[in-house]
Formats: sequence, C-alpha cells, structure tokens
Amino acid sequence: MEIPYTISTRPDTGLWNAKIGIWLFLASEVMLFGGLFSAYVFLRLDAQPGEWPHGLLNVPVGTMNTAILIASSVTVVLAWAALKMRRYRAYWWYMLATILCGIIFLVVKLYYEWPQKFNHFGAFIKKEALEKYEPYLGNHRQEEKGLEPRIEITGHLENHEALHDPNIKEYEIAVDPVFADPNNPANDRPHFLYVPPTDKVIKIEKEDVDRIDSFGPWHSAYFASYFTITGLHGAHVLGGVLVFLYMWLPVSKKVYQRNPEHLANRVEVAGLFWHFVDLVWIFVFPLFYLL
Amino acid sequence: MNNPPDVTQDPKEYEEYAHGVHQHVKRYVMVGLALLAFTGITVALSYVDFGTRKANIGVAMLVATLKAGLVAAIFMHLAAEKRLIYRVLIFTGFFVLGLFWLTFFAWYNPIVR
Repeated sequence: MEIPYTISTRPDTGLWNAKIGIWLFLASEVMLFGGLFSAYVFLRLDAQPGEWPHGLLNVPVGTMNTAILIASSVTVVLAWAALKMRRYRAYWWYMLATILCGIIFLVVKLYYEWPQKFNHFGAFIKKEALEKYEPYLGNHRQEEKGLEPRIEITGHLENHEALHDPNIKEYEIAVDPVFADPNNPANDRPHFLYVPPTDKVIKIEKEDVDRIDSFGPWHSAYFASYFTITGLHGAHVLGGVLVFLYMWLPVSKKVYQRNPEHLANRVEVAGLFWHFVDLVWIFVFPLFYLL
Repeated sequence: MNNPPDVTQDPKEYEEYAHGVHQHVKRYVMVGLALLAFTGITVALSYVDFGTRKANIGVAMLVATLKAGLVAAIFMHLAAEKRLIYRVLIFTGFFVLGLFWLTFFAWYNPIVR
C-alpha cells in the first residue's frame, strides 16, 4: 500500500505529513529540554554563595565541540540541497561529513570530557574548619573583593584508599592552581585553557571535611544537571547519527532511485531534528562551560 | 525555503527550482560562518566583566538566543513556513514559557525548611 503524502503536499495543510510529524515531535522535545533547563535555573537560583562551581569544564574543548556541531548543521543542510539538485555523489559526501562530526562530538564527550571529571575530586570543607585552610582558600581576600567564598578544595586525590580506610585520617590532594596560589588575582576568574592540578599536595584532615566526591553527577547540583542535560543531549546526537547512517548507506540509494524527492524529504526531516539538537547545545555550552 | 513544487512532473520547473536551491546554499554557508563567529564572541564575552555575574549571564543568553534564532529561521526554514507549523510552535512557546514562569514562581515562594 502506498503511504499518502510522503512527497506531495496535503491540500488542507499545505505540507507533506512527515513535516508535521517532526514538528510535533520537536514541540515535545522543547518541553522535555525545557523542563530540564528550568530545573537548572531553579537549582542555580537556590544555590548558596560558593556552592555553584565555576570554571570546572574545559572551555577550548567545549568550544571545539560547539564548532563541530555547527559545521554538521551546515553539512546536513548542504546534503539536503544536493539532493534537491539531484547530485547524489555530493549528497553522499556531505552526509558522511555530518556523520563524522556527530561521531567526533560523541567521542570527545565520552572518552575525554566525562572520564576526566571522574578522577577529579573536590572536598567540601566544614564551615567551622574554613579558617584552618585559609592559606589554600584565600577567603579573606575573596570577601574583601566581594567575590564568592571558596568552600571546596579540588584537585587529584593522591590516596584513594583514604576513601574507604577508617585508619587513614587525612586526604592528600594535589590541588588545582587556584588553591596553590589563592591570593593571586589571576585566579579570580576561571582560565580559558585547562590547567591541570599542580604538584602541590596538601593534607586535609577527614574530620574537617563535610564530604568528598569525584566530579560525577553525585558531586553537586551543578554536575547533576550537567550530566543529565549533556547525557540526554548526547543520546540525541547518537540517535541522529544512527538515522543519518541509515540514509547514507546503500539501502537509501534505492529510495533515491525510485523517487529522489522522497529521500530529500527524509533528509529534511532528520535535518530538522539535527538542527534542534544543535540549538539545544547553543544554550548548554554557555550555561555549563562559561557562566 | 518553501516546499518544492511537484518537480517530478515538469522538468522545466525543476530546473528553475534547482537554481533557487543553489542560491540558498550560499546563504547556508554564510549563516554557518556567522554561527561560528558568534560562538567565538560568546566565549570572549564570558571573560569580560560586565559588573555582575547576572549581567554576564544576560549577555551570553542574548547571544545564544540570536544564534538559536539564526538556526531556527534559516536552517530549520522557519523564516517561511506553513501556517500550521507556526500554530504548533505558538502552543509550544506558550507552554514552555509557562514552565519557566512556574520555576520563578517557586523561587519567589520557597518552601521554608
């Protein structure tokens, strides 16, 4: 049976059906991400001074991934235009470029950005012990300058066994640059380039620590929303890549040979989804990486 | 770009249409470059101190909204679409704004612990 209105437009709506379908789907996606973003706004507005971390993500890598997604948005629309001009070869190359962009984005996220977070630790210092760690926190100067207080010392945990062994009384942390030189004005704002933890290992007594966690979703409201939103976004990228892969493989050439307009419409619909994924990232990037 | 005419029937009309598509390709590339430039601007502006963090967030969201507008209008063809799609999106906009409004509403009336 022939499915109606895959190519020609319905007289009453002026659209072929898949186009309405994808827009209804995107409308529901707006609500899905809207819910998560409003949760982010809520959590952030409710955070106490010093509770919302800044500058923990790698900005150049995030910028690169943003550029990759934008490039893939261009290539997918060019792939569609190539089909409209009946140039299958060009379509094939543009589609390949799009798929590769999506894969690079995911690889950077899953194999570089996320794992790096899991071996970075932060120790939240108890309120009454903050003064004791003043040489690392530099809160006197922060207060003078009207900056948010520092309540957490971050870096690489040198003695992981301390997490489980009750006989070990201290955590040894190779601290991030801020805590090695807390009164340096250069550390007032996050750096653009990622600076790894210093060689300076400091000892933090367990009884002074409220809690210590790696930068996973369990660390804070910030990382919880970061992993939820980027995770869901990553799942969308993966979904898009799989659909594009199907349209790029030889099976789809049959559709093209039967009616090129049919494949063009499929690509347009998948492209609309892809642009939406790009659009979400445009907000994710500044909210989590920069601000 | 609008939906194509039924190009399967009339080759002449198709020629004209393909030419139109070619014109659009240039625009897509330009928009892509503009988006890349705006990304650079967003990053640069985040290192400029606008006084308060709130001001910085405001500026960044403004640039992001501009970028999102470009993607929606040009890449997603919303600059010229059929009325039915606009209608769907008006509903979506209404509900998503309502969702954010609820968040602010909750913030101004916190549950006291």
